[in-house]
Amino acid sequence: MTAIADIPDAPRAARRPQTGNPVLRWLRTNLFSSIPNGILSIVLLAVLAKGIFSFAQWGIANAVWLTPANDSSACKAVRGLGACWAIIPEKYRFILFGTYPFDEQWRPALAVVLFIALFYLSTRRAFWRRELVFLWIGTLALISLLMWGGVLGLSFVSQDRWGGLPVTLILATFGLACGFPLGILVALGRRSKLPAVRSISVLYVELIRGVPLVSLLFMASVMFPLFMPSGFNIDKLLRAQIAIILFAGAYLAEIIRGGLQAVPRGQYEAADALGLSYWRKHRLIVLPQAIRHVIPPLVNTFIAFFKDTSLVLIIGIFDLLTTAKTAIIDPAWQQFSVEVYIFVAAIYFVFCFAMSRYSRSLEAGSAR
Amino acid sequence: MTSDHPRPPPRRRFFAFGRNELNGLFWQVLVVGIVVGVVAFLWSNTVTNLSARRITTGFAFLGREAGMPISDSLLAYNPRDSYLWAFIVGVANTLRVAVIGIVLATILGALIGISRLSANWLLSRLAAVYVEALRDIPLLLQLLFWYVLMQALPAARAAWRPVEGVFLSNRGLILPAIPLGPMQLWVLGTAVLGCAALYVIRRWLIAQQMRDGKPRPAWPFALGLVVMLPVAVSLLRGVSWTIEWPELRGFNFVGGLTLAPEYFALLIALVTYTSAFIAEIVRSGIQSVPRGQWDAANALGLRRSFMLRQIILPQALRVIVPPMTSQYLNLTKNSSLAVAIGYQDVVSIANTTLNQTGQAIEAIALIMAVFLTISLGISFFMNWYNSRIALVER
Repeated sequence: MTAIADIPDAPRAARRPQTGNPVLRWLRTNLFSSIPNGILSIVLLAVLAKGIFSFAQWGIANAVWLTPANDSSACKAVRGLGACWAIIPEKYRFILFGTYPFDEQWRPALAVVLFIALFYLSTRRAFWRRELVFLWIGTLALISLLMWGGVLGLSFVSQDRWGGLPVTLILATFGLACGFPLGILVALGRRSKLPAVRSISVLYVELIRGVPLVSLLFMASVMFPLFMPSGFNIDKLLRAQIAIILFAGAYLAEIIRGGLQAVPRGQYEAADALGLSYWRKHRLIVLPQAIRHVIPPLVNTFIAFFKDTSLVLIIGIFDLLTTAKTAIIDPAWQQFSVEVYIFVAAIYFVFCFAMSRYSRSLEAGSAR
Repeated sequence: MTSDHPRPPPRRRFFAFGRNELNGLFWQVLVVGIVVGVVAFLWSNTVTNLSARRITTGFAFLGREAGMPISDSLLAYNPRDSYLWAFIVGVANTLRVAVIGIVLATILGALIGISRLSANWLLSRLAAVYVEALRDIPLLLQLLFWYVLMQALPAARAAWRPVEGVFLSNRGLILPAIPLGPMQLWVLGTAVLGCAALYVIRRWLIAQQMRDGKPRPAWPFALGLVVMLPVAVSLLRGVSWTIEWPELRGFNFVGGLTLAPEYFALLIALVTYTSAFIAEIVRSGIQSVPRGQWDAANALGLRRSFMLRQIILPQALRVIVPPMTSQYLNLTKNSSLAVAIGYQDVVSIANTTLNQTGQAIEAIALIMAVFLTISLGISFFMNWYNSRIALVER
């Protein structure tokens, strides 16, 4: 509501008599404050009602929720009139976990839960201590163990069989976890007094930020084998992961650089006066303050990376979006891609929305 | 060391090897050594691998016949043309979607950003939902979604006709067009010249007003130079402006302007996605103007349009323009997602080239060159604009 009060029309509305039924009063100030506003409200209400009605008709009233396994005839009967949500129970295991061995799919599911728990704990202020780094390393190691297996009686699953949501989370999280230290180093390099270090950092950041992620991914998938000695080859997922780390590093470096610039000179000078070395000065004095300054933009960048991992579809890696797209290749269900896309969009939305809410609460907290 | 004469320590020069300098030199040598080492390692591997695959490096392949089909292009193209020309066609396709996308996203984003601040509760809520929903779903997913919807449209024979002359079908969006021959282009040229002249005259008028304080209207000049002049030229030279209406013949449309489904889906996805970000920028820009400015303008009794144009917008733009630059760059880079739905932009054509010729390094270098040039162009323009509107401290 504060946004509305910032508008010069608001004082005029506030002068109206503050009597009568509170509901009517609310309607009068917020929807019918003037004649054009009233007309606008009515038109919007009509459009909204029409939209909600036709969506409900398609998505709820005429929808097919369940069909016998592998039989889409009920869906085909209502095609164009109602949604075929039955495709979701039919395909959700494939969309979420890809071609991971069916009986072992509790492992990626547990990995997803671990990821979510890790994210949740990292957002709590009480956990913002040095031990958080160990928590991250420990959890990521545990997740790798779960996904690969091969020990403790877990059968080995090679990473060409991984797919779906865990792959999206792995690409995003490892991209961040490795891109972040890289970003810190590059940001320090860009502010360094040493000309060679500075120019290499600038070159790296500007080259990566200047080109689309798609071309970096192409490079990772096509050119990487050229770069390596013959006979040496690493798996496609890891190559994409390297491209995402390099990409994330460049963007994070620019944000961290902004934070470094916001740390007052006095802090650097005080650290120098204490006789701290360069690395200790940054580790103990400068970086903790710098990173605290830029947490909201960092979270926004995390959201962007999380969404950008979907681009690995273009080089054929089975992340959440690719499994969704593959699930609807099945001729029986081909026509119901909209439903699958809505399902996947909802998953992405939940993650991104949670992060953006969190970023906003941080901003509100730091503004106070 | 004499403590009775406290002097500031002398500034250390680069070649005075104190402990710090030696340290610094060590780090530089280390970093440069690692970077050069890695690059040399990768380079030697690449050279060996390329010679093993009998691929000659260099841009000679650009002269060879491309042989790839490009279905939707702005420039004339056929598969017998060279790779170089195919590449230029790709750049034109990228620019076609990026430029139009930037213009439309700015307009839509500004409208939604302003709606977010509306006193009308419903309108501001709807705008907020729009922004939140579009920002939190990956662009590629939105793009695939729009493309699926395009393909699900009726066939050409049963095309939707929202307005007379406009057809929407699985062949894309077909609009009436005005064919532009050389004569028509001449007339448009005079209109552009008129705009340039108007710009000069307007600056002169403002300079005059600065001197004596009397406002001088610019609209008679605008009417004369931008409207009357081209009309007069086209009447004198007898240039005809006919509208070409699209028509359904057999299974396809004849005439008019066709936006292919791939192009149309890409444009919608880029415009709606970017507009959500632009809306947030516009909203925070307007909110950044202090309330006192609104109140002062109201107290002076300024008309609302004058107040917005002369008081609020100039101050809001200072906050809006810098982040806008990065949104424009993002839109341009995001246009490379075209490859996922088969719109042939520069990345997609470079990728096909790469698959056909194996010239990986050259293809990627060309992509980088194109995007770096576009990025620099946009940054240059926006920096110029920004310096024009920036606060001049006196």
